[in-house]
Formats: sequence, C-alpha cells, structure tokens
Amino acid sequence: MPPKYHINTSRAANRFQLITKSGVMAWEEGCLKCARCVKKDCVYKVYEKRGLDTRQMLESLDSVCMDCFRCVQGCPNKLIQKGLNPAYKELGDHYWTPEIISGLWYQAEAGRIPVSGGGYGGAFSGPGFDAMWTDMSEIVRPTRDGIHGREYISTTVDIGRKVMALEFDQAGALSIDPPPVVEIPQPILFDLLPWSPPRKGINLAMLEGARSLGTFAIVRQSEFGPAMEEYLPNIALYVDGKLSDISPEILRKLRLIEIPYGKDAIAAQKKLKEEHPGLVTIIRMELAPDSSSNVFRLITEGAGAIHLVADEYGLEKSDKPLFIKERMREIHLHLVDKGVRDQITLIAGGGIAMAEHVAKLIICGADMLSVDIPLLVAMECRVCRRCKDGISCPVELETIDHLWGASRIRNLMAGWHNQLLEILGAMGIREVRRLRGEMGRAMFFEKLEKDIFSTLGKRG
Amino acid sequence: MAINTETQKLPEIKPLKSRFRNALSKYRVTITKSCNNCGLCVTLCPYGVYKAGSKKPRVIAEHLCLGFPCKEKEFYCVNRCPEKAIQLTLNPAFEILGDKRWSADLLASAWHMAETGEIPYQGLNYKTGNSGGGFDKLRFIFPKEKGPDLPDEEVSTAIELNRSGDSRPSVTIQVPFYFGGMSFGSVSIVTMLSRVKAAAALQTFCCTGEGGYPEELIPYDDHIITQIATGLFGVREETIKRVRIVEFKYAQGAKPGLGGHLLGDKVTARVASMREAVAGTALFSPFPFHSVYSVEDHKKHVDWIKETNYRALVSVKVSTPSDVDMVAVGSYYAGAHIVQLDGSYGGTGAAPDIAKKNIAMPLEYAVPKVHKFLSEEGIRDKVTIIASGGIRSAYDMAKAIALGADGVCLGTADLVALECIRCHHCESGRGCARGIATTDEELTKLMELEWATQRIINMYLVWRRQLIAILKRLGMKSVTELVGRFDVIGHLDYIKQEDLEGELEL
Repeated sequence: MPPKYHINTSRAANRFQLITKSGVMAWEEGCLKCARCVKKDCVYKVYEKRGLDTRQMLESLDSVCMDCFRCVQGCPNKLIQKGLNPAYKELGDHYWTPEIISGLWYQAEAGRIPVSGGGYGGAFSGPGFDAMWTDMSEIVRPTRDGIHGREYISTTVDIGRKVMALEFDQAGALSIDPPPVVEIPQPILFDLLPWSPPRKGINLAMLEGARSLGTFAIVRQSEFGPAMEEYLPNIALYVDGKLSDISPEILRKLRLIEIPYGKDAIAAQKKLKEEHPGLVTIIRMELAPDSSSNVFRLITEGAGAIHLVADEYGLEKSDKPLFIKERMREIHLHLVDKGVRDQITLIAGGGIAMAEHVAKLIICGADMLSVDIPLLVAMECRVCRRCKDGISCPVELETIDHLWGASRIRNLMAGWHNQLLEILGAMGIREVRRLRGEMGRAMFFEKLEKDIFSTLGKRG
Repeated sequence: MAINTETQKLPEIKPLKSRFRNALSKYRVTITKSCNNCGLCVTLCPYGVYKAGSKKPRVIAEHLCLGFPCKEKEFYCVNRCPEKAIQLTLNPAFEILGDKRWSADLLASAWHMAETGEIPYQGLNYKTGNSGGGFDKLRFIFPKEKGPDLPDEEVSTAIELNRSGDSRPSVTIQVPFYFGGMSFGSVSIVTMLSRVKAAAALQTFCCTGEGGYPEELIPYDDHIITQIATGLFGVREETIKRVRIVEFKYAQGAKPGLGGHLLGDKVTARVASMREAVAGTALFSPFPFHSVYSVEDHKKHVDWIKETNYRALVSVKVSTPSDVDMVAVGSYYAGAHIVQLDGSYGGTGAAPDIAKKNIAMPLEYAVPKVHKFLSEEGIRDKVTIIASGGIRSAYDMAKAIALGADGVCLGTADLVALECIRCHHCESGRGCARGIATTDEELTKLMELEWATQRIINMYLVWRRQLIAILKRLGMKSVTELVGRFDVIGHLDYIKQEDLEGELEL
C-alpha cells in the first residue's frame, strides 16, 4: 500500500481500568471451592488472570470478561451472577452514549476497527445520524480491485477556494493566479475543545497527533505559546484576539488560519491574502437557520473555506434547532442551486462522535469535518463534563504524556479512516471528494418510512 | 401453479433441557435457611421448578417458573410456604442479556421453545424485540369476526420454490423457511450437521455457506443448498451436481459490499483442507465477483450452474442497496428461480460494526419495495422471494411474508435454539465459548448432535404452529395467501386502533 494512504498504529494501553457494561458478582459464601469456574468453564481464563489493580483498587475480573455466561450457568451453587454496571450506564449522556464512548476507547487503545460476530444489535433507527443508511453496490465498480483495492481509495481533500476554469493568455501561459489550497490526507481537522481540564498536555497531544496524520489542529491564538512553535505547519490558528498581535514570523510559517465570522471577516481575509499569499483563510461561523444565505454571500465576496460549527450535540443555534446533517443538506443543495458549490470548502463540525458520522455528513454535503470531543475520549475522557465546573478529572487528563495522547489519537483516527474506506468501498466510490453531496447513494429514514409503512393497513 | 401440499409426516417434539447446569431465567427463586423441608413447594409447583432434596428442596428449573403472575394462583409457592422461606425476584442478569434486536425476552423465548416445544407462558414477549422500528413496530390487523375454526392439518405452510415455469423440477418445502449459509469454519461441524439434519426432518433446506461440503453432509444432499461465493472456497463440480439448489452469494446483509473474513485462529487443518488453504492463515473472500461487471455477466454465472447441473434451481443472494428492486429484476432476467434479499441487520461470523449498522437498508423496507416493483413489472409470480437478515420469531416471519416475501431464510435463530447468547464474540480466538461458532476441538464437544438437531426442530415446530394460528385468525388456508397482503399489517406510527375495522394485535 502506498505510505500516503496508510496510518501506522500501535497499541497504546489504557491508563485507567475500563468501565465495562457488566460486572461479575461472585458470592464467596457457600462456595464449594470446586474451582469449576476457574478450571473448566472459562474459555478466556478470566479467573486465572484475575488480579487487583492497586492504583484504583479494582478487580480485573470485569474488564476481561467476555460475557459468555459459562460460569454463571455452570456454578453448582449458583453463586456467580452478572449484572449491569451502574458506572457504565452513567457514562456520557443521551447523545454521547456509553456505547459510543466505549467504542472510541477500544479504537484508541487497539488501533483497530471494531469487528464483531452476530448481527447488529442496536435500534432499528434513531435521531440524527441514525436516521440514514449508506448504499452499496452488488457488482464490480472501479474501486473493487481485489481485497486490497480498498487501500487505494483516496481520502484526500483540499481546503481553499477553487477556480472553476483555468485561463491562458495568447502565449499559452496561465493568466490567472489560482488561489492556494491545502491538501490533507483525511477529511478531518481537530477542532477547539468545548471543555477540558487544563490543556497544556492535551494541546500538545492533539498537535503531535495532527502532525503524524498530516492534518491540522485548530489552536486559539490566546493559547498559543512557544512550546507549540515547532507544530506551526500543522496548526490552524484561530484568531480569538487581534490579528495584529500575531507576529509576521508566525504567519509566515502558518498554512491555515481561522477567523471568526463577522462584518470584518472578508476584509481580514483580504488583508491576510495580500500580506501572506500562501496562507489559506477559513471563516468560522456558528451553524444557524440562515447559514445557507450567509455562506452564499461569503462565496460571492470571495471566501474560500467556511467552517460551520454546531454545538456538541450537532444542533445549530436556534430556538428550534435543526440537526447538523439536515442543515448541511440544505446548505449544500442551496449552493448547488446557485451554481457555486464547487468554489468553496465547507468544513462542518459539532456532534461528530463516530466514524460513520464522517461518511454520513460528507454525503449530506460537507467537504470535511472537524472533531473535538472524540479526541478527548481517545485519551480516556468519560464525557462527565466535571471539568466544566472545575471539578478534578477522574482520568487526570491534565497529566497525560503528550506522546501517549498522540498515539491514542492516531489510533482512533486510523480506525476512522479504515471505516471510511469500508463505506466508500461498499459504495464503489474511489475517492472521498466524490462522496460529497451524494445523497442519492444514501437512504433516509423519513422517506423510506413514509413510502413503505404509511401505505400499510389499507383495504382495497 | 400446483403446489404439492401433501404433507409428509413432520417430526415430533421431544423436550430437551439446557446443556448447562443453570438455565438462564427471567426470575430467580431462592430458598432461605428457614426452610424446614416440608416439600410443599415440590408438590405445589406444576412447572417442575423444584426437586426434593435431603436438607431442603432444590431449585432446578427457575426458567420454567411462571414468575410474578403466579401470585394469582392457588399454588403460588411464595405465599403457601409455611416458613415463608421462598423468595422470588427478577434475575439481575436478565438486564444485560441480549440487545435491542434480540431482547432477553426473545432469547429466553427461543430457549423455551427449543427446550419444551411450547409457546412460553412466563410473561416473555416472544413476538417482538426492543429495536423501536421495523418488525418491532409492525402489527397484524386481525378481522374482528372469527372465521370457521379449521383443524391445523388443513392449513398449508408449504411453498413452491420453482415458480419460473421452466422445465426444471418442482421443489416444495413444507415450511416457508430454510436455513441460511453458515460455513464450516465459521461454525463447528456439529452445528452445521444439526442444522442440516433439522432441515431434512422439517422437509426444507439448509445452505452450506462458503466453506466447502464436508462429506458428513452427503446423506442429506436432497436438503442442501450449496453456496458459491466470491472466494469460491470449496466449490467443486461434484458438489454443484449433488444438490437440488445452488446459491450464488453476491452480498451479505451484515456486511454489504464487503467480503467474508475468517480469522486465522478458526482455520484449523480440516477447515483449511476443505477450502484448499493453509491452516492458521486468515481467509478473505473478496468482494465482489470479479467476473461480474453487468447483469449479462451475471446471467453467464447462472447459465454456468444450469449447464453443470441440469436439475438444479438457482438462488441468488443479494443485499439491499437503494436500487434493490432493480437488482431483483436483474436476477430474474438472468434466470434465477429464487432471489434472496438479505437485509442489513442480518447475522455474520465477523464483520466491522460500521457495516452491520449502516450499510444497506433494513429488510422491512426492501421486501415490499421489491414485491411492489416485481408485481408492477408483471413478473412477481415467476420468481420466489426469500427474505432474510433479522428474522427472530414466527411473527417476524409472518410479517416478512405479508410484506411480500414468499418465505424466509433463517440463521441466528437456529443458533439461539442451540443456546447462543449473542455475546458477539464468534470471531475471536478459539471462537464461541458456548461451542456453537467454533472450530476448537474441545469446545466443539460441548454440544451433541442429536440434542442440537432436536432443539432446532422443537423451536421451528412451534414457529410453524404460531404461523398456522396467525393464518387461521386471518381466515387463510395457506401461507401463500399471505404473500404481499399489505392490508393485514399496519405500522404503529401510521395506524391507530380506532381507525381500524379489525383488531390490532398489541
């Protein structure tokens, strides 16, 4: 496989014991010491490997148990039981579910995608991203080149304004100056974190992760410090102060800069372009009901890349908020309608929690995405949000070694990359740029339900 | 078209206990120290929960306990116990058992049917799971007035698989289902054989999956569908000639658009020799068929089988993309007798979670879409539609038929009858800890062939009985009358009891 498309992973062990879905409850009283559970029944040798994690004073039993119930069903005195772990149930919230969080932990630790036996065990459908399915093709398409063909699927995307046609002078030389674009190998940027414990180490882990993946981490100007200078080629600096406070040396080394949406945004972009022609400017705006008209106006005024940000549940800013997937569909189709969609790079973020969300949001019209919370979860965050209230982090995120954090982030992103390839491969699409806006290759719950189920039960 | 409805004798139910010492149950029954061993509970309980013991009675079958509804009965042991020594509680393990699709109730119901050959009475929901959509929100609408009460023997559950009108033989199965492909390698030889033997007993078929045709299967040739999938593992001319149905697997619902993957640990010497591969190496079945670029190429595939075996019917197993209706037409055009639609929530030995959840559409959409389209094209009568991928109960089966399938194909439910617990670890290490989806010699020994065969037979005989009961309530004499009857089925989000002439079953 060309190295360009491959992400090396290596196992990066958990620092804290996993919170698993269920726990083993074994009563000592009445135990016959027959050792049946240890010797005979447990295929996974859970009881033999049993130990105590002295750091947390936790039994190892639960984290290695594979839920086969052999010991429960084998114990002559019925002394072993399994029960739901209350700590698991309390992970995250309605959106950042325990299943999502533990799935992210697995990928960040193992650097592998979740594979399992048996069919899907989840809900038929759900809100948001769970209300769509992606397409597949039964027979050969160009991507399908043996089992390794999938590795030649390109996930590269470009950030920046695109010219729709090249123009040449009489002598045959290029007569226009195409604006710069920044190419990244995976359609994912690392976004500002909505909350976290003090993030000196966290920032460095994200930057190291971004560097090793060839992508960018968005860093607040106010948090930028000398320790980050070596990462400048992988930083998208977010201007949360005065543009004039950023030194020209730093701007020279930057390739991406992000400025907030506002009346001065286009003027700031122009100024940056004049002084640093190679720098690509992204305009960051909150996703809202009027986004499509605002985006269209920005395009006519010369914007090249717009970062649309929803909240951490994927909701836009409104009293009756639309979910990011719905709003992006509307924006994309509006721009297609206006004939300007291909000129702009749309980056969408907020509520991106799983690999499937990447593919689905691109289908709904984003060129690429920004992720935030999953990067923290990669470093064992439990989405308890206690840091928001200044309470100490249960997994001591402020103390992480940034290289460990970076390898966890790389593992997770490698997993997401691989899963994106699964989706693209099944659809027979050779590059992620062609996935953008392919709504005809997706199936939407609302439409299918109405088409199929509303006609049932009628006589005649 | 004449359907052979002459029912040969179906096998009998023989009750068979769990292979494990403690069956998993919804309720827990415990006898405390204050028991004076009077033995009253042993004589009271009609379900056989207790057995007399030397110091106190033993609780031997909690899973047969009626549970809290027993309070109303005069034999309720908890109240009658003179020492108040009996405690009845919910089993905490029941909370973590199963998942949204296969709820703990559905699992326990399947175990109950496989063990006793009876419909569960313990307050278990044996009709629907908790997935919140699809089958779990579809309900039958039964007419209010009862029709004449037919004897069960007069209701036919047989279906004809060759509806093409060509010169190939008629193949009738006595139940509207057959068993889907699970390869030797993904499951043990005992599992494979038990499914085949049960299929033969129920006068239907079982598919080999893609992993060869072990010689133990030869006595059951007439009840076997051999599969040709993209890896062509174990496909030989003589195996194609041996059977009455040959199946092309284009795609699989659990991992649509992706190939098969047998992890190295499960590739034992025997599995490897069957597949002409090397033991211990992971085996990939690539996706898709690289000889098929068009419907015309697909037709060549079908012709190839028809040439090799002049009496075989050809089945084409496909997944459910957005254009599944066109895929079905294409398969028909190419000469397939059977089109199997494998919905996206179907089973597998191993697949990426992202594929299982997201790629291709659920069966509940695909079946009516295809049925309508083929009907409009005027070819619905010429092809048999088999639905698979997420059929968990007799009710799912009946709903799939009402949505437009002629019959269904089953897999996971068989394994649940063998006490699969849906831990989802079929793929790892030595494979299934419960001795079903494994090739490990020691684990394979956890299950006896006769036991396994009978468990599958028991459960499906109950399914058949439930199907007959549904047909009778709808006033139908044959399962073929139920096909595509959109009017007898409603979706809870779109239909209200008060708007109906019939009775919505809740």
